[in-house]
Amino acid sequence: MNLLRRPWRTAAEAATLLIAVVVAFPLYWMVLGAFKPAGEIESTEPRPWTLAPSLDSFRRVFGQQDFGRYFVNSLVVACSVVIISALIAFLAATAVTRFRFRFRTTLLIMFLVAQMVPVEALTIPLFFQMRDFGLLNTLGSLILPHIAFSLPFAIWMLRGFVKAVPEALEEAAYIDGASRARFLWQILFPLVLPGLVATSVFSFISAWNDFLFAKSFIISDTSQSTLPMALLVFYKPDEPDWGGVMAASTVMTIPVLVFFVLVQRRLVSGLGGAVKD
Amino acid sequence: MTSVTHRTTWTPWLYLAPALVVLAGLLVYPIYQLGLISFFQYTQAQVSGGEATTFEGFSNYSALFSDPEFWRVLLATVLFAAACVVCTLAVGCALAVLLTRVRAVPRLALMLAALGAWATPAVTGSTVWLFLFDPDFGPVNRLFGLGDHSWTYGRLSAFFLVLLEVVWCSFPFVMVTVYAGIRAVPSEVLEAAALDGASQWRIWRSMLAPMLRPILTVVTIQSVIWDFKVFTQIYVMTNGGGIAGQNLVLNVYAYQQAFASSQYSLGSAIGVVMLLILLAVTLVYLRLLRWQGEDL
Repeated sequence: MNLLRRPWRTAAEAATLLIAVVVAFPLYWMVLGAFKPAGEIESTEPRPWTLAPSLDSFRRVFGQQDFGRYFVNSLVVACSVVIISALIAFLAATAVTRFRFRFRTTLLIMFLVAQMVPVEALTIPLFFQMRDFGLLNTLGSLILPHIAFSLPFAIWMLRGFVKAVPEALEEAAYIDGASRARFLWQILFPLVLPGLVATSVFSFISAWNDFLFAKSFIISDTSQSTLPMALLVFYKPDEPDWGGVMAASTVMTIPVLVFFVLVQRRLVSGLGGAVKD
Repeated sequence: MTSVTHRTTWTPWLYLAPALVVLAGLLVYPIYQLGLISFFQYTQAQVSGGEATTFEGFSNYSALFSDPEFWRVLLATVLFAAACVVCTLAVGCALAVLLTRVRAVPRLALMLAALGAWATPAVTGSTVWLFLFDPDFGPVNRLFGLGDHSWTYGRLSAFFLVLLEVVWCSFPFVMVTVYAGIRAVPSEVLEAAALDGASQWRIWRSMLAPMLRPILTVVTIQSVIWDFKVFTQIYVMTNGGGIAGQNLVLNVYAYQQAFASSQYSLGSAIGVVMLLILLAVTLVYLRLLRWQGEDL
């Protein structure tokens, strides 16, 4: 779609590149800060490069007790949420798109409304609920709520993908003697997978980002804590260890970045598919 | 219709069962409890079991509504969220249009940069932006010759700094979604319009905007929801709500009341107020969807 004449397009492309640089700059500054030696990071004339890259900040971060454990905890939480909510949402989305039954519309509206619930407001009742189930200070107290919170959006997004699978395919499968379970897992599931990938981005982020629940539900057993808490060990508002903060931030951001780059194409087409519906 | 091959009535419920169990247990029940706690006296004494919980009726709400601090925080929350939504949408849509006008290399560069910002966890983004704007060691003050101006000291400049971070990490969702939406419009249609002499503005107003309306509704509502309940950025960047609570928003206020002051019932009442406001937004959303003829 080239609707622009050449000089305008050149200007637009220059602007795009400039904006890309501005948008990426905070990330660049983060990684740079992680590699700068202590003396340079505390310089009042900050330079956008470093002459003596050092791993000291990373050593400090990984030397902190249990940092590796926090990392694994965060991964366990995020992966559990992604996998469990994807499976549950796939079944639910199939039910609401490929079946007609009473209360179907009511349910759809409920899923829509559920997306709007400010989960942060539920921290207090969830705290008591987790306490009563003995889940405080366990990863379960972080996994369970995030599954519930990512479900409505996931179901809503997957709806378009399930809808797009032609009905003739389902009929043909039954005629060929496939059972309903076989159709569901061997035919429908692989076809909907791109949609699941796009959906999983959102559940991964919400779980990996979690700060409030980790802060509120992991109160005494810090070995069950997650990365955001580990990061804040270095960030003391009065006297932050910027090198440590940037190194911990880098370690915390990289897995998400890798995940994003891997699913990038799927994400764009997935969003297109979901919103076209 | 889809139903032809499926006449049994219990199969869909079987498929829905896991989702319904999870949502009932971890969403519906907590909402019920939130409402309940907000009508009781529930402080540290009751939590530790030292005193019985007593029904207080609306006293938590009247205490809340008669506190000028609450109204100040509510107003700040609404204004801050509105500013975030407007800026996020403006930046996101403008860049989405820009992406359709450039060739692959600059497009990929901006797309990757945006994905990077999107992927950045909220805690990380918050500390990095604080570092960028640090009065002593940050590059921004040097670049603009601001000396050792402290951004987190003043109320407005602290809100402004958080706003920048929020827009930075949330415009990519808008940009990518709107871009995907524009790409879904067949280019022949747009080229035909251009050949017929339609101006860029006319193409946007008469063709793209109506086709994109469902997408714009989705991203607007998502932005409203996300920005209204910003917690991490405010909490981390203003150190728990700013000097003397000047940068509190409802979420952080509720958290402070509940977990720092053990006023669980007051915190719950704030939670109920938030829930009601977002429910009102949802109703508007539903009406918009219906108005667009969405098949529910």
